[in-house]
Amino acid sequence: MTSVASSAKDQAAETQHGPSFLWRNRFQIAIIGMLVVLYAIFLIGDWRTYTSFDIYRSFMISIPFFGIMALAATYVVTLGEIDLSFPSIYGLAGWVFSSVYVATASFPLAFLLCLMVGVVGGLINGLLVTKIGIPSIVATIGTMFLWRGLVNVLTQGQGIPIAQITNDPWHALFVGQIPLGGPVVIPAQFLWFLAAAIFFGVFFKRHRFGGHVLFVGDDEQSARMMGIHVDRVKIACFVILGVSAAFSSVFLLNQMLFFWATTGDGYLLTTLAAVFIGGTSVFGGKGTMIGTFVGVLIIASLEPGIIAIGLSGFWTQFVYGLLITISVAIYALMLKRG
Amino acid sequence: MSDAEPLLVLRNIRKSFGRIEVLKGIDLTIGKGEIVALVGDNGAGKSTLIKVITGVHKPSAGEIVFKGEPITLKNVQASRLLGIETVYQERALADQQELWRNIFAGRELTRFLGFLDVKAQKRETGRLMRSGMGLTSRAITVDSEVKGLSGGEKQSVAIGRALYFDADLIILDEPTMGLSLKETERVLAFVRSIREQGKSAIFIDHNIFHVHDTADRFVILDRGRVVGQFHRSELTHQQLVDMMIELHEAGQVAR
Repeated sequence: MTSVASSAKDQAAETQHGPSFLWRNRFQIAIIGMLVVLYAIFLIGDWRTYTSFDIYRSFMISIPFFGIMALAATYVVTLGEIDLSFPSIYGLAGWVFSSVYVATASFPLAFLLCLMVGVVGGLINGLLVTKIGIPSIVATIGTMFLWRGLVNVLTQGQGIPIAQITNDPWHALFVGQIPLGGPVVIPAQFLWFLAAAIFFGVFFKRHRFGGHVLFVGDDEQSARMMGIHVDRVKIACFVILGVSAAFSSVFLLNQMLFFWATTGDGYLLTTLAAVFIGGTSVFGGKGTMIGTFVGVLIIASLEPGIIAIGLSGFWTQFVYGLLITISVAIYALMLKRG
Repeated sequence: MSDAEPLLVLRNIRKSFGRIEVLKGIDLTIGKGEIVALVGDNGAGKSTLIKVITGVHKPSAGEIVFKGEPITLKNVQASRLLGIETVYQERALADQQELWRNIFAGRELTRFLGFLDVKAQKRETGRLMRSGMGLTSRAITVDSEVKGLSGGEKQSVAIGRALYFDADLIILDEPTMGLSLKETERVLAFVRSIREQGKSAIFIDHNIFHVHDTADRFVILDRGRVVGQFHRSELTHQQLVDMMIELHEAGQVAR
């Protein structure tokens, strides 16, 4: 009993003298602070819009289109790697989903083949980086053009309407509207996004795999010496991002009911910006899923917020840039001091 | 396995990288509870030999017998499962990760489906820090990141990790490099404690005085061959130093 008491005392002493809770979570606290400040500005700028439910509903509809990819990209960035090809995988997987659905009218088959495209796309990236040894930024520039180019060749620039999908029982599972009484309606895809955030978050910090991702990103040589299968970990991360891109395209297509040859384009920078604003280090070894989650919320709220406070849409990119530059500068300073 | 049986026997181990033969037929025996020092100039093949024993490199030819059984080491994990632990020169730590992650890197304590038992990892790390590693400073906790530690503290973590997993053979590659005098003393005490626990160690160090004070036996390597083996009682400090100089100049030793 005494030993228990004394070890409890030791623990108390350790928490006092060791890194404090605030310090250990400084990145998460910084980004949550940023979100709070932004929303204070939006509320002051346009009280009516930001106190009505409609704007939040429109956020919940569109956030999952890139948010799930941002969560998955956190793994790749924590490795110290980068992937530029996921918007093209998004496009190719979306094309497979749409054409298979139009041809067979089978949602499950279309969905499964679409995810397969994600697996294969991620696998190819992973193999190019680990087995061939191409730096990921170069390898994924290649596959980015490759898969987008393939979509262009296959579609000849033509879109695919899939309006009939609204009659499919699976449709509601992905983008159905769940009424919670009054004006409050939750789009199903947002629940998927929340589930993905919890899953990816727990997997990251509380599972062996996430531990290996952190260790490999921190020091690849050490990871090898400790018997971690470095190549397998890296390939798995690229596959996770590929599958997430394919999965996200299903939400977008079910919402928009139309496939464009450009589907997925434009999500590259917003997705990566969400990861970097969130505080995940581009040097690898440090990452936060909470940070990415809040980063996604910030990126998604910026454009409507800028318009709501009375600036023109032309300001959007400027404010993105301002926010990204300031936040990564703050993180870099924190890392230096830490 | 009887006490008289050696723990590790290497027979005619060869290793080539392309056309360059780094190990040219090494024979080596490590007894139970014995600390053996590998000495030799840079390029003698010490590190390569160690990497063969730990499963990093496959030998091009030769036989490894561990606890009386011939073994083939496919990778680092295979050698660890058999009971061979290594404290690498580079320490194999990840700077930005907490101590509790570093100690269990690559063989985490899990509960189900690979989910970490974080509580158990922190508890064991805490216990190890107080008992095995001598890290009693209040400023260092299981949640501390490695990058804030001194060289000696990092080495303590690396050695503590090797001791924790109850290995029969611990390999230490330059464990005192870059350490202060006091830290060096503590690391050498660690190495001696390995023998007291009835375990064996292979010890590489450039400092002849460390080697002479710590090891039971010296094995001298030169350009991929064993050129001499001496028990500590056979040689004084000075003789060992002279021999190294002689080896460096003449390329051989007279026995």
